[in-house]
Amino acid sequence: MRTPIAYFLLLGGILFSLGTVGVLVNRNALRIFMSVELQLNAVNLTLVSFARLHNDVGGQVLAFFSMVVAAAEVVVGLAIIVSIYRRRRTIDVDAAREMRW
Amino acid sequence: MPLDNVVFWVFAPIAIAAAIGMLVTRSVVYAALFLVVNFGCIAVMYLVLDAAFLFAVQIIVYAGAIMVLFLFVIMLLGVDRIEVRSERLWLQRPIAIVLAIGFALEVGAAVRAGVGLSTHAPDGFDLLQPAGNTQAVAEVLFRNYFFPFEATSILLIVAAIAAMVLAQRKVRAVTQAELGAELEDEPEDVETEIEVTP
Repeated sequence: MRTPIAYFLLLGGILFSLGTVGVLVNRNALRIFMSVELQLNAVNLTLVSFARLHNDVGGQVLAFFSMVVAAAEVVVGLAIIVSIYRRRRTIDVDAAREMRW
Repeated sequence: MPLDNVVFWVFAPIAIAAAIGMLVTRSVVYAALFLVVNFGCIAVMYLVLDAAFLFAVQIIVYAGAIMVLFLFVIMLLGVDRIEVRSERLWLQRPIAIVLAIGFALEVGAAVRAGVGLSTHAPDGFDLLQPAGNTQAVAEVLFRNYFFPFEATSILLIVAAIAAMVLAQRKVRAVTQAELGAELEDEPEDVETEIEVTP
């Protein structure tokens, strides 16, 4: 493999930054959720890159676990979004303000 | 130019462009589809990084299951209804972009200091896994991380039950007396309210 491993890490960093912008800028709960998925994927890419750099499969196993947790998180998160939508007919995150101080 | 270099320089710009497209597009459905493109590009990156098993898992779990779940929820809620009217926060946008650029530069500096911009991955990763990547992952998973692996199965069951509990409509067992009382103050339930309006 002739591509420097740093390129993959930089790609992961750029994707993570873009996901951060999405989380900070959006108000739509679904869009925020998609941006969080982007961030999780960027971190997974970084894990797999380090696994390749150190010739250790353990990093790939950790990325696998992270995918499992992400799948569980998406299921619960989307269910919460659906139930919030049922209750107040919007998925604007500013609308759900009961738990704010 | 070696093949993996070509693959990287083809798919990395597509991944970044898809991420930017996800941020700027107006439609939530397009955002989800851009995200599918991005996941596919990351899957190709896994292939370049000799992680064939994660390539398959990425396609199946992310591009398959998770994005179908997203599109299903978008469809369930109705595409035109879930567009938040004041979509973007105006003051927050430049601050977020500046912070993100700063963060990306910081990651770049950290990678440069920690790994080095021209460090190549050492050869011999395929020698570690003579029977293929899947078997190598399986050996580490079931030898060293067996207990966490079993714990994830509990996590998945809990998540599935939680999703069913959270997303289910409130169905109460009503007695005959309650039924009579409920007919009078029906508009409690939003769903029936909609049916009543026409």
